[in-house]
Amino acid sequence: MTTAIRAKGAAKTNVDKFLTLLRVLLIGAISVGLLAFIAQQIDPGNAFAKWTHDGQEANRLTGEQFKGLIVSGLSQGAMYGLIALGYSMVYGVLGFINFAHGEVFMVGAFTGFIMSNKFDEAGLWEGGAFIPTVLFTVLIATLIATGLAVLMERVAYRPLRGSPRLIPLITSIGVSFFIQNAVILLFGAGAKSYPPNPDWLQDDWILGIEGVKIVVIIVAAISMAGLWYFVERTKTGKAMRAVAEDKEIASLMGINVNRTIVTTFAVGGAMAGIGGMLWGLLFRSVIATTGFLPGIKAFTAAVVGGVGNLGGAMAGGVALGGAESLAPLTLLEPLGISGVSQLRDAVSFVLLILVLLIKPTGLFGERLSSDDRA
Amino acid sequence: MTATTVSNSGSANEPLSIDAVSKGAFDFDMRAALTSGLILALSLVFIALCGIPEGLNERLLIKPVLSLGYLSLLWLPLLFGWLSGNETVLEGMVATKKGARDIVRGLFVGLIGGLGLSLLTVLMDAFDLRDPLVNWSPATEEVLQFSRSIGFGVIAWPVLGAILGAFGAALHVMPEKIRKAVMAGLGTVLSFAIFATFIVDVADFLDDLLYARRGGLKWGWAIALFVIGAGASFLGGGRKISEMKSSYQAATGPAKRQQTTTLILLSLAALIIIPLITGKITQELFANIGIFLLLALGLNIVVGLAGILDLGYVAFFAVGGYTTAVLTSPNRGPDFEGFPTLPWWGALLVTIIIAGLVGLFIGAPVIRMRGDYLAIVTLGFGEIIRLLFLSDWLNGWFNGAQGITNVPPADFGFFSVKGTDPRSVFYLVLFFAAISIYVSWRLERSRLGRAWMAIREDESVAEAMGINTVNMKLMAFVVGAVLASFSGAIFAAKVGSIFPTSFLILVSVIILVVVIVGGMGNIMGIIVGSVVLIGVLGGPKQPGLLAEFSEYKLLIYGALLVVMMLKRPEGLVPNARRSRELHQDEFLQDAWLKGEVDTDDDMVDPSTGGEGTVAPA
Repeated sequence: MTTAIRAKGAAKTNVDKFLTLLRVLLIGAISVGLLAFIAQQIDPGNAFAKWTHDGQEANRLTGEQFKGLIVSGLSQGAMYGLIALGYSMVYGVLGFINFAHGEVFMVGAFTGFIMSNKFDEAGLWEGGAFIPTVLFTVLIATLIATGLAVLMERVAYRPLRGSPRLIPLITSIGVSFFIQNAVILLFGAGAKSYPPNPDWLQDDWILGIEGVKIVVIIVAAISMAGLWYFVERTKTGKAMRAVAEDKEIASLMGINVNRTIVTTFAVGGAMAGIGGMLWGLLFRSVIATTGFLPGIKAFTAAVVGGVGNLGGAMAGGVALGGAESLAPLTLLEPLGISGVSQLRDAVSFVLLILVLLIKPTGLFGERLSSDDRA
Repeated sequence: MTATTVSNSGSANEPLSIDAVSKGAFDFDMRAALTSGLILALSLVFIALCGIPEGLNERLLIKPVLSLGYLSLLWLPLLFGWLSGNETVLEGMVATKKGARDIVRGLFVGLIGGLGLSLLTVLMDAFDLRDPLVNWSPATEEVLQFSRSIGFGVIAWPVLGAILGAFGAALHVMPEKIRKAVMAGLGTVLSFAIFATFIVDVADFLDDLLYARRGGLKWGWAIALFVIGAGASFLGGGRKISEMKSSYQAATGPAKRQQTTTLILLSLAALIIIPLITGKITQELFANIGIFLLLALGLNIVVGLAGILDLGYVAFFAVGGYTTAVLTSPNRGPDFEGFPTLPWWGALLVTIIIAGLVGLFIGAPVIRMRGDYLAIVTLGFGEIIRLLFLSDWLNGWFNGAQGITNVPPADFGFFSVKGTDPRSVFYLVLFFAAISIYVSWRLERSRLGRAWMAIREDESVAEAMGINTVNMKLMAFVVGAVLASFSGAIFAAKVGSIFPTSFLILVSVIILVVVIVGGMGNIMGIIVGSVVLIGVLGGPKQPGLLAEFSEYKLLIYGALLVVMMLKRPEGLVPNARRSRELHQDEFLQDAWLKGEVDTDDDMVDPSTGGEGTVAPA
């Protein structure tokens, strides 16, 4: 789909006016919410807070709560970022949204669940054996997720290369549906719990932050750094960037385009696998639908940061995680909306719409080949 | 056809192959056959581990030899055997003569597939993997062993696989007339066996005659039905139908018009009469098909005509349902206290207006976006709307998770439409479906419809031709929204209560599958898609004819979507223009081979250009 070329200063249509109004309204609502939040932090009994809360005083957020929100937003966002990398890379190279990428993440988390429980029965999920066991589990989860991503590319996407853009997108919806339901049928529909983490991982490490959250953030940062090195500094990474820029020219330069695309899927799948395992350690529960919403949110994160832009994907993930965790209590609650935690998922979609309305290329700009950008 | 052809133009006029070459019985690509056998084995093991054979084993098809559970495994070797004999013959290539070699290959493929199941049988006996794999159970094991012994299962599966694989491949070798007869016979038996509930519901007297007491055809009747089906085809029953079809397609001008009118009137009469003579199950089924048909027709306008992939289409269905429920039910949210309740048709008018406005509101921010961003954002809107209906924030209006109950029946004075009387629902749905079909049909040929199709094909070009793309795309959203709101309004009156859980993303995806499997942009295709998918497999929560499939239908929907996109993106009943778009390369290649220099794809082979012709396979 192309955004048709419009001359600058062309007459504004009603749709343009409506969109401007929408932008103003959204930004206005956010500003009012923020101001109301600041006001309620200073004086919970101020007039606006009383008005929005039917005469009651607003609940002031304590510093402890605020810190909790930021840390959980960060750790959640780190995982979104890891998944977003896969979306971003595939979008950069092939120009379509791989809807089923969220399922790769879920399968990673599921593999982690199966292995960790087996290890727990063998007594390897505690004490000195914990760290090597976890590392081994992460390795296997990553391998399986990678394998699934590569299989997906081979079976469903490769035959469709060069077909109209929406065709692979629709296919990927089917793939996502299929994997989700296959997992339900193979492993049962109920929620699966990871064995409890050792105490030292649940304890506060520094500044009263749980160890597992710190681990999640650090692992995500390391994976991200590794991926950045791979894409920007290795030969394969260079080939990937070349293929993203122009497949035909890349193949003329002697790059094996097929293999490069497979590598892209594999690397994206590996990141999702790590993300899935981290999800398991953090929330200790996984069901077959675990992948769907985080997958879509991760795509949102990729768009927020700028599709095709790896740093952007990570930053977008963190921004999205932060917004999702903070906005219900710092924007919506001061506006007097009740039951805000139910609207968490809505927040991320509104953020997506907002970014696409205000800066469609994302916060850090897109890196796409010219025909994908069209 | 003994070989699949990529080109459709070549098969009609000129012989494809220069010379058919025959080869020895074992002279085939062993590696390809091995790969295909291994894929078959993996698929069979996957199906077995998903618990499908075990879950469907209770449903007997032919007593006492075949249950639906076994059929869920056995159809695959047959298909793979058939596929192994398929080959792509391009123009100028030499087709090989079908013979013993193909049968041996099919046998080989089926054998390997069967060995996969044997291996699974042995492994199930030796290890216990029940912890992660829920279907690694004694029940599955029993099915795999044919309730006899492990040895029996280990030997029987490869034998069965080989026989079916060889039979599938043999279909290529048989003379066409016999092949058609065999297929018709099998088709008759299987339809009678699978659609038993429906047939008994329509014609009660057949129950004792054909079917055993605990389900399943009596085997004597199974053979009789096979003979009847095969005989009818052999004596030329099928030919008559295809002759009629081609004469209908060939007709032009007023003659065609007259025939079309007759056809429509006949089917309308049939649809009005059938529910009068059938039982509740069929009426309920028809009503469900109608509700989803309405949704699919709406989505067809958005996706099929305008080319906008809207993944949040369920939002409009939800808006329709909720608006009607809020306006008619006394049990709505407390904030509506004192607001009068309207009769159903009054509420419908308001619903249409609100749905149109929501269509505008959702459409406006997204229409400038890239197609794939648009898909995600509409999906987001669908989810936001569901979350809003569910939220405590708007609890005062929509009652959150408790939903709105006690939606009164739609009362028209002379007849009232309520869920307990599915026939009335069906007639209401039929009325609205007729309106929607008429509207879609007229729109397709109108200036608006042509503008949509131009946008679908190339937005920039469409804009350059003077089409106001923004307004046109908004119109698509609004029309789609209004059609979906009809469906929502009827749904509210039918079910009598509205909950947020009726409007999951799942619904959007299922409607999308219906549209795609049926054939995007083709009204006939949409009808076929709804009848086949919703009628047989069932909607998101509504059971279809194969009620036993409810656990597995989402898996099948997912698989169908992928297979259709890979093998036949234009759908079962394709829109001629769309299939040309999708197979542009092949059309151009055909034209080039035939020496037509003109590469304008509209000029290629005008004989295939008419609406409703079957696109190249």
